[in-house]
Parts: sequence; C-alpha cells; structure tokens
Amino acid sequence: MTESLLSISDLSLEIGALPVLKGVSLSVAPGEIVAVTGESGSGKSMTALSVMGLLPERAVTRGAIRLGDRDLLALDEDAMCAIRGRDIGMVFQEPMTALNPVRTIADQVMETILIHRAMARDAARDRAREVLDRVGLPADRFPPSRYPHELSGGQRQRVVIAMAIALRPKLLIADEPTTALDVTTQAQILDLLKGLVADYGMGMLMITHDLAVVADMADRIVVMRRGQVVEAGSTRALLANMRHPYTRMLFEASVHAVDLPDPPPPAPLLQVKGVSRDYRLPRRRLFRDPGHFRAVRNVSFVLNRGERLGLVGESGCGKSTLTRAILGLEPVQEGEILLDGEPVWTGHRPNLAVRRKMQVVFQDPYGSFNPRHRVERLITEPFHLLDDPPKGAARRAAVAEALRAVGLSPEDAGKYIHEFSGGQRQRIAIARALIIRPELILFDEAVSALDVSVRAQILDLLADLCREYDLTYIFISHDLSVVRSVTDRVLVMKAGEIVEEGATEDVFSAPRHPYTRALIAAAPRLPDVGVGER
Amino acid sequence: MSRNLILGAALSSLILAAALISFVWTPYDFAAMNIPEKLQTPNARHWFGTDHFGRDMFSMIMVGARTSIAVALVAVGIGMGLGVPLGLAAAARKGSWLDEVIMRGNDLVFAFPSLVIAILITAVYGAGAINAIIAIGIFNIPVFARITRGAALSLWEREFIMAARVAGKSDARISVEHILPNVVNLLIVQGTIQFSLGILAEAGLSYVGLGAQPPTPSWGRMLADAQTMVSFAPHLALIPGLAIIVTVLGLNLMGDGLRDWLDPRIRAARA
Amino acid sequence: MLRYSLKRLASLIVSLAVASLVIFSVVEVAPGDPARFMLGINAQPDTVAALRAELGLDVPKWQRYLDWVGGMATGDFGTSYTYRTPVAQMVADRLWVSLPLALYALMLSTLIAFPAGIFAAARRGRPADAAVMGVTQLGIAIPNFWFAMMLVLIFAIKLRLFGAGGFAGWDKGAWAAMKSLTLPAVALALPQAAILARVMRSALLDVLGEDYMRTARAKGLSRRQALWRHGVRNALIPVLTIIGLQFSFLLAGSIIIEQVFYLPGLGRLVFQAISSRDLIVVESVVMLLVFAVIVVNFLVDLAYAAVDPRLRSRT
Repeated sequence: MTESLLSISDLSLEIGALPVLKGVSLSVAPGEIVAVTGESGSGKSMTALSVMGLLPERAVTRGAIRLGDRDLLALDEDAMCAIRGRDIGMVFQEPMTALNPVRTIADQVMETILIHRAMARDAARDRAREVLDRVGLPADRFPPSRYPHELSGGQRQRVVIAMAIALRPKLLIADEPTTALDVTTQAQILDLLKGLVADYGMGMLMITHDLAVVADMADRIVVMRRGQVVEAGSTRALLANMRHPYTRMLFEASVHAVDLPDPPPPAPLLQVKGVSRDYRLPRRRLFRDPGHFRAVRNVSFVLNRGERLGLVGESGCGKSTLTRAILGLEPVQEGEILLDGEPVWTGHRPNLAVRRKMQVVFQDPYGSFNPRHRVERLITEPFHLLDDPPKGAARRAAVAEALRAVGLSPEDAGKYIHEFSGGQRQRIAIARALIIRPELILFDEAVSALDVSVRAQILDLLADLCREYDLTYIFISHDLSVVRSVTDRVLVMKAGEIVEEGATEDVFSAPRHPYTRALIAAAPRLPDVGVGER
Repeated sequence: MSRNLILGAALSSLILAAALISFVWTPYDFAAMNIPEKLQTPNARHWFGTDHFGRDMFSMIMVGARTSIAVALVAVGIGMGLGVPLGLAAAARKGSWLDEVIMRGNDLVFAFPSLVIAILITAVYGAGAINAIIAIGIFNIPVFARITRGAALSLWEREFIMAARVAGKSDARISVEHILPNVVNLLIVQGTIQFSLGILAEAGLSYVGLGAQPPTPSWGRMLADAQTMVSFAPHLALIPGLAIIVTVLGLNLMGDGLRDWLDPRIRAARA
Repeated sequence: MLRYSLKRLASLIVSLAVASLVIFSVVEVAPGDPARFMLGINAQPDTVAALRAELGLDVPKWQRYLDWVGGMATGDFGTSYTYRTPVAQMVADRLWVSLPLALYALMLSTLIAFPAGIFAAARRGRPADAAVMGVTQLGIAIPNFWFAMMLVLIFAIKLRLFGAGGFAGWDKGAWAAMKSLTLPAVALALPQAAILARVMRSALLDVLGEDYMRTARAKGLSRRQALWRHGVRNALIPVLTIIGLQFSFLLAGSIIIEQVFYLPGLGRLVFQAISSRDLIVVESVVMLLVFAVIVVNFLVDLAYAAVDPRLRSRT
C-alpha cells in the first residue's frame, strides 16, 4: 500500500463530559475510497468533523490526525482555515440547505478559490465554470447566475461537490452525500464521486449508514459502534469474512427478509377506480385561472383482504397524495375510492364510517405524537371514530392489549413519548393504528427513519401481527429492498401514474417497464456475502 | 430557573404588590394636597418626596401602578382573546379566503400604531382610560394573531396532527386539543412582552393627556406634570420614570427567563 | 421583479383605500353630526347649520367620502374650521419637522443597532455579548419621552450644550435645524436601537445555525468571514421587517417627543386640533401618518426582493 494521505490514530473526543469517540484509528491513501459506517450514535459523522476541525466548541480531542506530514489537531484556527477547502473538501448530507440562498451558484463556487487567493478573479471564474461543467452542470443549460432555489436537490448536491473540488483537494470528505436524494439521483451522484476520485487521484473519506452504498463504493470499510472502530478491512476481505458479531448483525439486518404468512384467497377490500387528484397552482395573474397540477392521474387498483401491497416511487411521484386520498383526508377530482364497497369521501366531507376501518403509521417517530400527552391518550385517539368507544376497564384492557401486541408493556401507558427510543415510538404508532382493529393499515415510509437493526425488528413485528391479526396493509416506501421483503404485490408509481403492477417477486426479478428497470438498477445492492437469506 | 427569571419575577411582583396593597393601605391619601409640604425631596416622612401640591409621591406611585397594570392587563386580554382564535382559524384554513382576510386585516391594523388609534378614538369619544385600553388592545390583536398563526402553521405540518385528522377529529377540535396546548408557552412569553409594551404605551398616552384622566393617578401624567419643574425638582420626573423602567424591565426579564425555562422542556419532550 | 413590485403596489392601493374608509367612518359616520360635535353641546342651531353647509355635510355620506379621498389625492385636505386656513398648508409646515425627525431617528437607530447586534452575535456567550444584551434590555424598558426629559435636564439645563426645546426652523440653515432635532432624535432612537440590536443579534444567531454557514466554513472561511459574507445578508430579511415596523413607531413616537421639546410638528398640530375639536385636521393628520406607514412597508417589501432572490422569481 502507498503511503497514507490521511491517518487518524487513537483519536478520542469528548463533548462536555460525554465521550463521543474512543481511540479511533483509520487511514486513507491517495485515490482510495474509505467508507465509515455504523448506526446513529456510532460517532461516524463526528470523526469526519474532527478531520475538518469543525467540531462543536466544547469538544476536546486527543490523539492525532495526520494529513501528509502535518498533525491537524495541533494546528491553530488560521492554519485550519488555510487547509479547509484547499487541501480537504467536504460534501454534506442536506443539499437543500447547504447553499446560501441569496448568492448565485458560480459565486459560491468561486468563493472557495478566492478565499484562498489561489487565482485571480478571471481565472477563478473560468475555473468555477470548468468544475461546474465537470460535475454535470454545463453553463449552457445551467447558467452560472442561477440561484440555489432554481435547482433540484441532486443539482444542488452537484454544486456543493463543485465547491468542494474547485481547488483539487487531496482529500474529499463526504458525509452521507446521497441520503437525502432519490435512488436514481443517488446513483448519478455516487458515479460522479467515483469518477472524481479516479480523475484527480483524491482520497475520499465517505460517511454513510447505507451498507449497500458502502459495498458498492468503498475500497476499504471501517465499521463503527458507540464511538469505537469494531472492524476494518478491505471491502472484499471484510465482506467475505466478518469477524465481529456486530458487523455480521448489521449486514444481516440490512438484507433482513421477513417470513410473511400466505395471504387468504382474494376478496376485494379496497377499490381505487380511475382516481385523479388536482392541486390549484398559486395564482400568477389576478384575473386568470391559475390552472392545476395533477398530482395523481387516473390511478386504479384493487387491494384484496389479507393482502400486503407495496407502493414505490421517488419523491414527488404522487404516492403521498394517493395515501391522503385513500385515507379520505382530501377529495379527489375524478374517480372514486371504495372500502368494503363504501366511498371514503361523501359529498363534501370524509366518510367517518369508512375511516374507522383504516389507520396509518407515519415515518417520523419524533413528530407523530403530541409531546404533551401520555401514551394512553396517544394510542386511544382513534377511539374518537367509534360511536361507542370502550370506557373504564374495557378501555384499559384495549390499551394493554395493543401495547402487548407491539411488544411493549401495559405499564408504558402512563409514560410520555419522550421516554421512548425511535424504534419504541414506531411500535407505539403501530399500537395506535391497531387499537380499533382496522381492516386496512397504511404504512407511510414507516421504517425509513430507523437504523437497520431497529428496522429489522419492526419488520419482524409486522410479520407477527400479520399472523395474529390477518392484517391488510399498504406499505408506501422509496426503499425497494424493504418493500420487496414485506409485500405480496407491488405498484410502481411515476409522475402521478402507476407504471407497473404485479406480484412483488415478479416485478423485482423481471421488471417490464423501463422506469422500474431503471429504479432497480439504480438501487445499490449488497452482494451475496453469505450472511443474508437472499 | 435562570437569574433573569428570578430577577424579573421579583421586580414584577414588587410592582404588583404595590398595586394590590394600595387598595387597602397607602402612607398618605394619594389625592390629599398639603401645600406647606410641597416639593420635598425624598425623606423619612415622604419616602419619594412630594409634588407641587404637597401630595405624597410614594402613595401616588402605588396607586399609579394600579392604573398601569389594569390598562396593560386588559389590553393584553383583548389582544389574546381575539387574536389567538383568529390566528388558530387562519392556520386551520391556510390559504383560504378566511386566512387572507384575517392576515390582510392584521396588516391594516399594523398601519395604525396604538397612538394613532388613540388619537382617532380620543378625537371622537374623548380621552380616558377605557379608550386607552381599547387603543392598545386593538393593536395587540394582530400581534397575537400573527404569532399564533405562525406557530400553528408549522404544527399543522407535523404528523401527530395528521394522526388526529385520521382519527376523524374536526379542525376546530384539533386546534383546541392539539395546537393550542403546543403554542401556549409562546403565548405566555409574548403575553409578558405585550404587557410591558402596554405599560409603556399607557404611560405615553397619559403623558400626552389621552390616557387616564384626573383624579385617577397615572405615572405618565405624573411625568407630564413634572415636565415644567424638572430643572428645580428632578425627583418628580425621576421617580415615576424609574417606576416605569422597573416594571417594564421586570416583565421583559421575566419573558426572556420564561422562554428559556419553558423551551428546554419542549425540546426534551421532542428529543 | 416587476410583477412582484406591481403586486405589492396593488396591495398598497387596497390598503390605502381600506384605511381611508376606516378613518372616515370612525371620524365622520360613527358619532352622529360632526358639525354639532365640533361646536359643542351649547351651539345655536343656526351656527350648526352654517357649519354643516361650510363642511359640505349636506351631501350624502358616500359622496363626502369620495370628495375627501379625491381631495387628499390631489393635495386638497380641506379647510381647518378653527384656523380658517387650508389644512394642506398647516400639515405641510409641520411635516417638515416630524418627517426629518423620524428619519433622523431611524438613521441613528440603524447606525447604532447594526454594529451592536453584529458585535454581540460574533461574541455569543462572552462578556461582550452579555454587556450588549444587558444594555439593550435596559434600553427597551426606558420610555422615550422620559429619556427625552432626562436629556433635556442633562444636556440643555445642566450642561447647556443644546437648547431646551423649540425648533430653529429650516430657514436658519440646515445645521441649526438639525441641532434642534438632535436631542429629540437621540431620545427616539436609543430605545428603538436597543430593540433593533437584539433582533439583529438573534437573526444572526439563527443564521449561524444554518447548514450553509457550515458549508462556508468547510470552504476555508474563518468564523468572521462566514459571518460577514454569508450571515449578514441572510439576517437582513427579518431585520428589515422590524425596521418597517419601527418607522411607524418612530413617527408615532415623534408625536409624543414633540411635546417634550415643544417642537412645532404634527403632534402639536393634532393635539391642538383635538382640544379645539377640529376634526378635519385630525382626520387628515391620521390619514397622513397611516399613508406614511403603508408606503414605508411597501418600500420594505421591495427591499426584501432586493435581498432575497427567492422572492424575485416566485411571482
């Protein structure tokens, strides 16, 4: 191996009295991609920020971070400013907020060059054009005078990358660079990063929780847990032979397949017939009809009782709009939605007699609950739909039963939501959905915010509940691998339309529509490493 | 609890206590003239001295606190009582004509500062404490409507509100059951700030003769009376001014302290 | 940008129309016969009738409203009942005191608040920040007219650096006029500067927590460079709102401050008009104040668009 570009040795970090990193060591050679992975709280992002010297103010570090022959931890702030942007570039997770909204993109790329007085203004302008062109934003289609809000998330991430590589740094740090992006955009950005590393001979330190991305990109892998490196090695060797049980658990959880019971014989429960949903566009002129945006176009499908249906698509494809229409929260402009033969929306209002047969579980385990209510009040909220909700002992029994069903204890009813972890909150959200024994549950990105190990447990819980309660559900997600494991049938949505429909295994193994094919091709996959079921 | 909160609460309760005690006891009758003892500087008999009629300043300050607090409190009540429901309704019907009307109405009221409203009312109905309350109260309505709407809008995006809608609850019920309890901290903090602004506004209106009329004592009018005598009896101006400053400072410190004290708990509940 | 400006202009015109209707209704429609009101309870019937004719009260109310608004739009504010002179002339004379005073104070307030707010934000949590915050906390609590009295006591009566009141007049030269407005402007500006400095500081602290500030630091900008190049302009957006609001407070505040310094401004005019029940003057002055506030807020809206490109392209 060549001499390393970056070497972190025995790095420890405390913020206040809280230990965040404990004796972390890793190295990156020129032209090498090193991926640091782990679940939330593993300290992977803090490792990246330590290299940049951008830690919170109360942080105390020990150990050494060597870039070439200099120890970054020993440098003062002025010296670090000279290194950031010139010798080390960094790309962040959230492209939507990483750019200054009031300055043009070229201006922001040029700033990297000018702040280091690396070139004269004219040369800097030419270089900014050149790197924007290199990251896929040619000036003829994306004028440098554009502002960030005129670009999509993927395009903004390209601008951030252009800023990071404008001075051809020796090291590029990418902190979850594609986590906020759609799968097809993610694939393009990952290709771009790989290409840049190859072209410029940079070393790249990549932080990501997504093991499939890790396996796809990295030359070497560093697995972290609770501030420590548990295992590190070249990608091929590590995938072939995982020594640490935590590493094995992580990879297993990522490809976790659940064991669903067979669905009962088909009998229609939900019928969606030719549904279209329009939104009014904002009025541009006073006396002209502002026009409409059709978020869902002529969607039809039937969901059978006991069936588990997946709904996949990228952001903006209309899947959330369709979810709200099925729940009867908003009217549709064309077509109708029937549950058990009854419309979910009658006249000008939701049909609550039908609503009581449906419940929903949302994505965000932190935003789904009123922080001021106790668990008992939170999960009994759907009782509002019943004409004669259970009271007294019957109510307490229902609460206890729902909590037990999701693997919590009846005593948890008296606690507040902030006393629970993210995974436990998703269990409580499921308890809230189960408590009125609905015929249909919608899972709206319900496991997307969870760490892989917690996600695997929640998916297992779903399978258990299917056995116990004969659940019928629609599982809405952008994550193809999860949909593949927990559904019988799948709908693929693009630009408001359903482009492909079929049994889950058939669609995934032999996609017919080009969009489905593109989606599946773009999704990074873990290679067969001998630990997963697939 | 922070130092701000303790100091602020102490100063505010000092003034509140003075106002309450004045109902049962003051050192002298606040309206009793005593020309032989006029214009005394603070001394053992008259702690804050006497004015040009020989009236006891300490007693007048105590009773004046009553006026200030009453006017500001009722004005905040008007602002909250009308502004909060308007803000909740506007947020629940975001983008509708109702929202539009409420928000444009707010903008319009903002174009009439409370002093201008007071001038209008006074020109037509005459000066008085009631009209001062109305003038300050009207100006408070859009303040509370705006802050309630802003906070409620971000809450409406949260998933727990969606869950309540799925549970079939009406927008009005969600507003009362889920939105209001989650904006109440904000309203308490804004309430103390508007309260202190109300004290300042009342003093200003009384100073120019648009507020409480004689014989009701008020700090603003004490300052107006003191103006011609400030060169030879500065305590007449200093003392009512300091009373106003102590009250407003106390309320503002309390508002800041409350914000810091209430906020981490919300954050802990969310995290 | 043009479309945005036109939209704001349309909303300005609607606001003015509604505001004028409100003022007109409150003053002329609500309390019955203004002529009787202006003359008092003991007026003779024929005097009242004469005034009614003079004020043009014998035509329908809607027509009076249109006449009033039309007159204001062309600079004809009617005739003062007490002084028998055109209101427009009286108002114009006084405006040359009140408007310069409000603008002078706004300038002082901004010049003090911006550096103080940025200084405190850049030193967040350190003694310098705490000192600025303490001073501004006190500044907010001080009533401006009381502060004005103290300024008179110290700088005019004790130190004799300024006159205790009155206005030199613009014909004595700009310097003399500005000097007689300086103490009033300081009295108005300092409490507002305290508020503005706090808003500037907290707006900057909000911006400092944004992702793009971290991006800027990752490019190699120092803390200070990031604050100036990326922070200040973004923080201006909320600060502009407050400046717009402050103008209306300053204009209203100048009415009170004029009483302390015996300045012949709009405030003096309106209080004289109230005591002599000269409703036409009250109505005109109030409309003028509201007009000024609405126009300033229109300008603030345009300033938003200059600062924030997202507004320029949205509509």
